[in-house]
Amino acid sequence: MTDGPAQGASHGPDSVLTRGTVVIDVDACKGCDLCIGACPPGVLVMTTHEVNARGYRFPLLLGGCTGCRACSQICPDFVFQVYKYEIPIQVPVG
Amino acid sequence: MKERETRRVIPTDAPPTAPARLVEDFTPDLIDVGAHHLCPGCGEPIAIRSVMEAVAELDLVRRTIAVFGIGCYTAFSNNLDVEVLQALHGRAPSVATGVKRARPDAIVITVQGDGDMVSEGLQEVLHTAARGENVTCIMLNNGVFGETGGHMTATTVLGQRTKTSLEGRDAVTHGRPILLADLVARLDGAAFVARCAVNSAGNVARTKKVILRALQTQASGAGFSLVEILTMCPTGWFVETAEAPDYLADSLATVHTGGVLKDFLATSPTSPSTTVP
Amino acid sequence: MSIPVRTAPARRLLQGSEAIAEAMIAAGCRFFAGYPMTPFTEVLEHMARRLPEVGGVCMNAESELEAVGMAWGAAATGTPAATGSTGQGLSLMQESLAEITLARLPLVVLNMARAQGDYWQATRGGGHGDYRHIVLAPIDVAEAVELVQLAFHLTATWRNPVLVFGDYYLAHTARSVDIKSMHFGPPPATDWALTGETGGTGQAKLVSFLGSAKQRDDVGYDLAVHYAACAQHTARMLGEVTPMLDTGMTQDAEVVVVAFGTPGSYVRAAVRSLRDEGVRVGWARPVTLVPFPSSALAGALQGAKAVAVYENNTGQMVDDVRLAVLGAVPVEFIGGVSLDSSGFGIAPDLDVAVLRRRILEVVDRHR
Repeated sequence: MTDGPAQGASHGPDSVLTRGTVVIDVDACKGCDLCIGACPPGVLVMTTHEVNARGYRFPLLLGGCTGCRACSQICPDFVFQVYKYEIPIQVPVG
Repeated sequence: MKERETRRVIPTDAPPTAPARLVEDFTPDLIDVGAHHLCPGCGEPIAIRSVMEAVAELDLVRRTIAVFGIGCYTAFSNNLDVEVLQALHGRAPSVATGVKRARPDAIVITVQGDGDMVSEGLQEVLHTAARGENVTCIMLNNGVFGETGGHMTATTVLGQRTKTSLEGRDAVTHGRPILLADLVARLDGAAFVARCAVNSAGNVARTKKVILRALQTQASGAGFSLVEILTMCPTGWFVETAEAPDYLADSLATVHTGGVLKDFLATSPTSPSTTVP
Repeated sequence: MSIPVRTAPARRLLQGSEAIAEAMIAAGCRFFAGYPMTPFTEVLEHMARRLPEVGGVCMNAESELEAVGMAWGAAATGTPAATGSTGQGLSLMQESLAEITLARLPLVVLNMARAQGDYWQATRGGGHGDYRHIVLAPIDVAEAVELVQLAFHLTATWRNPVLVFGDYYLAHTARSVDIKSMHFGPPPATDWALTGETGGTGQAKLVSFLGSAKQRDDVGYDLAVHYAACAQHTARMLGEVTPMLDTGMTQDAEVVVVAFGTPGSYVRAAVRSLRDEGVRVGWARPVTLVPFPSSALAGALQGAKAVAVYENNTGQMVDDVRLAVLGAVPVEFIGGVSLDSSGFGIAPDLDVAVLRRRILEVVDRHR
């Protein structure tokens, strides 16, 4: 599971082109990690210490999401809502 | 909180402020509740989601009656917004037959596990397929009886460790797995038979495609359709949730191989239109 | 001189199996599934021929399990449905019958039994758990035509399976009968039935033996609640369905002979024959085996010195007779297993001379 942001098409070393984003229903998550491996640009990372109301670790989103819906498709717990920006944005990284 | 700040995490607790369109909601409309109590990493909700999306996509919601077998997935029998008839372990195909014969205009699907369909109910699915009943049977195949705690079924693969094959399934002691989709494809009454998996986003997309095809087959009256969906069961497989997709690919999927085994609509010379009447 | 015009006779000479099939159709049955087994087979044959003629469906299932499954599915759509077999076949159906009852579905089930050893299977239910079926036991083809129609009415009213207990004699006796449609008033609403149409409305219907509540916010099935509700419903059904008892010559009888089903006509004949000789005997015949007509039976047996129970088994209904009288009158079992060599239930005992002798023995013992 990747720990840092993937290098997508970027304007420079400190930002990444981001085409989409997600809303994460943190308390619905059961910490299964499937989304981490399923995400093609690898922009999902699990928390290491923080847990949700049910005691599970949950995913965090980094810059570079493409709105491909892989996470929502693979998630067994319906944790994700996926959005695609009308115009891709630059997201600072690092 | 500290963790999120140091890693430059994008806030994900609310929809974006920049103009964006929603491309996937939490659940499809037909799945009523967000929380279920299946294990972390279970593949069954992923498969159920695909089925519901396919039903909605083909605009079959107001015609569908889903007949559920007994297994972990039974948890979904009372939280889907389609009409549901609960059947006994292994017995959904005969019940589905009764529904379809009494209401030929309904789109009748079954949702069954491998233990349900291939162990307890092998006779039922084979006869239903042989008769060419215009129903769609969907098998969630994880190679174990999940709900009872992870025991060997008729589809468990050689070498697979379960609570009733602790050293791994052995051909001499336990016999060999039944490859149901292959068995059903040989029956003339079966019009569409496919096997797929939900261990990757790509496979989930393929799964949805074959479910759509199966439903179209039913709607066209061409005969029996079966979709066998390999699902993860990290609990029953004794593997970490994150390793289950690879385990599926390396074990179950090498025996129960993916693909479309039979597609009457594609091969029939006088194939009816594939659009849903 | 004018010759009076006769209307065509409504009565036809029909074998019991055919009469039962016609009665089912007259009652509105439009789905039947079965597996051939003696002496049920001819009912399936007649339904296979007749149901398509009235727009119904008859399935020759590949096993009894699949037959009851198909009937289950059809019943869930609100289609009046039935299945049947003989005792052995019904044994195979028991899990499904138990759960169909918990799913609150109407279904008529025929046991064309071999002899009468299935009394416990029918009345106690051979399946798991706490459920009850209404059980009707016709004495002959004419009564079967009525009871089959009553069965469809009761099952629709109570949304609970109703079993009709027949046998080899009933199936293979020919009798002149008039298959008159009985009218029970407007049929109850079937708004619970599945059609697919409530999908996507937020109120999609559910027919399940695990419960009827759709899950909302983490609340799944609650079997405790569901089973309690089913138990309440069963109690109400057993309390409100009219038990039926047929009796004859019981008022001054010293010995009353109790029997159910087709042996009832032999017992009746034996009793009449003994009465002609001045022996004070009478007969009583439960028509509803569930609910068992306990108080009517106790009333009919009140003045008697003894009760003799004839049934073609090792003694099953006799228990219910004993429970009905609760020690007030001695109860003797004069039945027993009596079969042909194939075990189909053609009983050598069903002979008025044999029954007379056994009844007289009871009379003698209680002078």
